[in-house]
Amino acid sequence: MNGLTEIRWSPYIVGCAIGVLSWFTLLVSRHTLGCSTSFARSAGMIERLFRGRKVEQKAYYREYKPVVDWQWMLVIGMIIGAFIAAKSSGDFALRWIPDTWASVHGGNIPVRLLAALAGGVCLGFGSRWADGCTSGHGISGAMQLAVSSWISALCFFIGGIATAFLLYRVIA
Amino acid sequence: MSTKLSQLIWGLLFGVVFGFLLQKGGVASFDVIIGQLLLKDFTVVKIMLSAVAVGTIGIHLMKGFGWVQIKPKTGSWGRNAAGGLLFGIGFALLGYCPGTIAAALGNGWLDALAGGLPGILIGSGMLAAFYPKLKARIFHLGDYGDLTLPRLLKVNDWLVIAPLIAVIAVIFWLLERAGL
Repeated sequence: MNGLTEIRWSPYIVGCAIGVLSWFTLLVSRHTLGCSTSFARSAGMIERLFRGRKVEQKAYYREYKPVVDWQWMLVIGMIIGAFIAAKSSGDFALRWIPDTWASVHGGNIPVRLLAALAGGVCLGFGSRWADGCTSGHGISGAMQLAVSSWISALCFFIGGIATAFLLYRVIA
Repeated sequence: MSTKLSQLIWGLLFGVVFGFLLQKGGVASFDVIIGQLLLKDFTVVKIMLSAVAVGTIGIHLMKGFGWVQIKPKTGSWGRNAAGGLLFGIGFALLGYCPGTIAAALGNGWLDALAGGLPGILIGSGMLAAFYPKLKARIFHLGDYGDLTLPRLLKVNDWLVIAPLIAVIAVIFWLLERAGL
């Protein structure tokens, strides 16, 4: 089992491997796994393209500078790693609409994109509001036993479960 | 090679491993994530809690050896609870989170590329715009700084870690017994 060409690995094995990975990021790079700050830095970089260097004077971007850093490279690496994994099992495909979405909300592409866009806005806004995401708080912060991270992670799932039931059980 | 550049390369390499694992674990898939939020498929919880169990033991051992320093994030109810609930709404609507969307992009999901990614960038930029006001009015509410569970309970780290691992083990046992 668990050959490189298998589509799915056991979630327990994957989880344990991510745990081990987090030892090494801390030991080698003095960083913990996280993603959402990189989207904020990217937003700053894009804003700088249009509005120039005064963007760097914004209070937020003075704290989270719009630059390429360790975590930004981590996120780029994640896209590459997922591509390799998907290719290795033949699971890679260009697709617009996930099955669960189509079965409840239909196969209209603009409708799905609009929902994804709105969801993305909430997610970007919420992750920076909470100062972390499912990896930064949910995995890295939780293993540091941080109160901020456990509260955040619980709220991610409370909000997520309530919204999912509304979208897929109540409305549908 | 400068330390800065070598760390960027390490970041990229660690990211390749992380993204590879997320995709193999199935969480580059919208269906798996929504399945979790509908409490039908517990893949996400199994991956996260396994990572937390293994990670917690390792990083606290390394901290004990003096190999690493642990710097827990600061926070407050105004920041983590309110932001967390907003995040949850987006999580369910989009079906990916900031990490798994990177994996979904690598997997070829175009709803992630054309909808979710610009959305997250817009949302992050909006928070940056509102940051001074939110910081002044909301972020300090119910502030607890960089408090950790052991300091909250006034016990040694391992008196939190041991029960935590036991609870995670029981959750896994119950999930498997329920066939989830």
